[in-house]
Amino acid sequence: MRKKELKYLVTFHTTTGAMAMEKYCKQQQLPGRLIPVPRQISAGCGMAWAAPPESREVIHSMLIEQKMDVDGEYEIWI
Amino acid sequence: MIYLDNAATTLRKPPEVIQAVVNAMNQMGNSARGTHDEALAASRIIYETRELLSDLFGCPRPDHVIFTSNSTEALNTAIYGMISQGDHVISTDMEHNSVLRPLYRLEREREVSLSFVPADEGGTICYEEFERQITPRTRAIVCTHGSNLTGNLVDLVRVGEIAKKHKLLFIVDASQTAGVFPIDMEKMHIDVLCFTGHKSLFGPQGTGGMCVRPGLDIVPLKVGGSGVRTYEKIHPKELPVGLEAGTLNGHGIAGLGAGVRFIKDTGMEMIRRHEEKLARVFYEEVCQIPGIQVYGDFQADCRAPIVALNLKDYDSSEVSDELAQGYSIATRPGAHCAPRMHQALGTVEQGAVRFSFSWFNTIEEVHTAIRAMKELSQ
Ligand SMILES: Cc1ncc(COP(=O)(O)O)c(C=O)c1O
Repeated sequence: MRKKELKYLVTFHTTTGAMAMEKYCKQQQLPGRLIPVPRQISAGCGMAWAAPPESREVIHSMLIEQKMDVDGEYEIWI
Repeated sequence: MIYLDNAATTLRKPPEVIQAVVNAMNQMGNSARGTHDEALAASRIIYETRELLSDLFGCPRPDHVIFTSNSTEALNTAIYGMISQGDHVISTDMEHNSVLRPLYRLEREREVSLSFVPADEGGTICYEEFERQITPRTRAIVCTHGSNLTGNLVDLVRVGEIAKKHKLLFIVDASQTAGVFPIDMEKMHIDVLCFTGHKSLFGPQGTGGMCVRPGLDIVPLKVGGSGVRTYEKIHPKELPVGLEAGTLNGHGIAGLGAGVRFIKDTGMEMIRRHEEKLARVFYEEVCQIPGIQVYGDFQADCRAPIVALNLKDYDSSEVSDELAQGYSIATRPGAHCAPRMHQALGTVEQGAVRFSFSWFNTIEEVHTAIRAMKELSQ
């Protein structure tokens, strides 16, 4: 298995929320990708957006601005 | 890409299935809504699919094959439509949430009481338990034919005998086994057999259904357009229309029919032997890799082509993501909609990485997956 890295993670209540996130981030060229939710986190849907921790600020403000269906935000080693 | 998530849905379909859907989309009117050629074309294809399925499952009448959008809808219809206030129902720890949640809902809404035949840490159940759980209020046994997590099978002949002896309804979830393992409603004393179209029957998503023993009274989940008896306020009771309000997924059903035909032409036993071999080879190799724990009963003669495992104490999500990113191997991690099964296996925290095989997988793909697991374990 590869080495763990620190990631900024966003989880969603529903898969639809995760899809909206992916679409928007791609459009805006924001970093990250969808991954299966790690077990440390109990989340509504099985997917999380994982991005480098440096992008936390810009993504966080986007989440609020775009009223994304966010379940939680985390910084964890995965 | 190597697709080993066939227990979720089969990705590769026979070309005939795709062609049948395309043809249907070019030709089909609305079944049972007229007698012009296009409407009749739809009615005929849907009827043929009923015949193919009734023959596959030993359903006494093609008109008792009901189409639904998946097995979840079929299970909800059967459970909701037949279990009444105060009844007792026996089910098992092996079940999927498509069985559990409708039952839990009846627990709340109709004061239905539930008993679950427990699974051990290998995911197997003890058949004597079914009889032990029976009370004077027991109305039904609802159980799966195969666990979507471990691949362990349930001996439906045995459970069916118990249901028959005690005059209980027997509702079966064949989501993981339809099309691969022989099912005979009569021989197994099954009252309602629920299946989904998009897994091992090779149909499109949005297809599925239930085979109903003649004489049962099932209250429909929905009522509405039927194409017959328009002026009556009550939806007709005759099957199949009694449980099929609204326009059917005719295009999907055409594809499902082609899927069943493919299984018959290829031979169910041929398909089963191929899939079992792939799962067996994979199991024999991975179970020897240090740090890998495999779940389920591999002593059994017969099992669905599923191998669920964990690597050391790694999160199953992490392992599955590594397989996808590093090796382009598609598997499913986490909790598999089978909460009681995870509890029995002790995998509530870790989840499990599930590898599931299909007719369209090759032995080379299996060896690639074995190599990947060996590398990841180092
Ligand atoms: C055992 C079992 N039951 C029920 C289902 C539900 O099937 P569907 O989602 O097609 O309704 C599945 C598939 O996920 C399953 O594996």
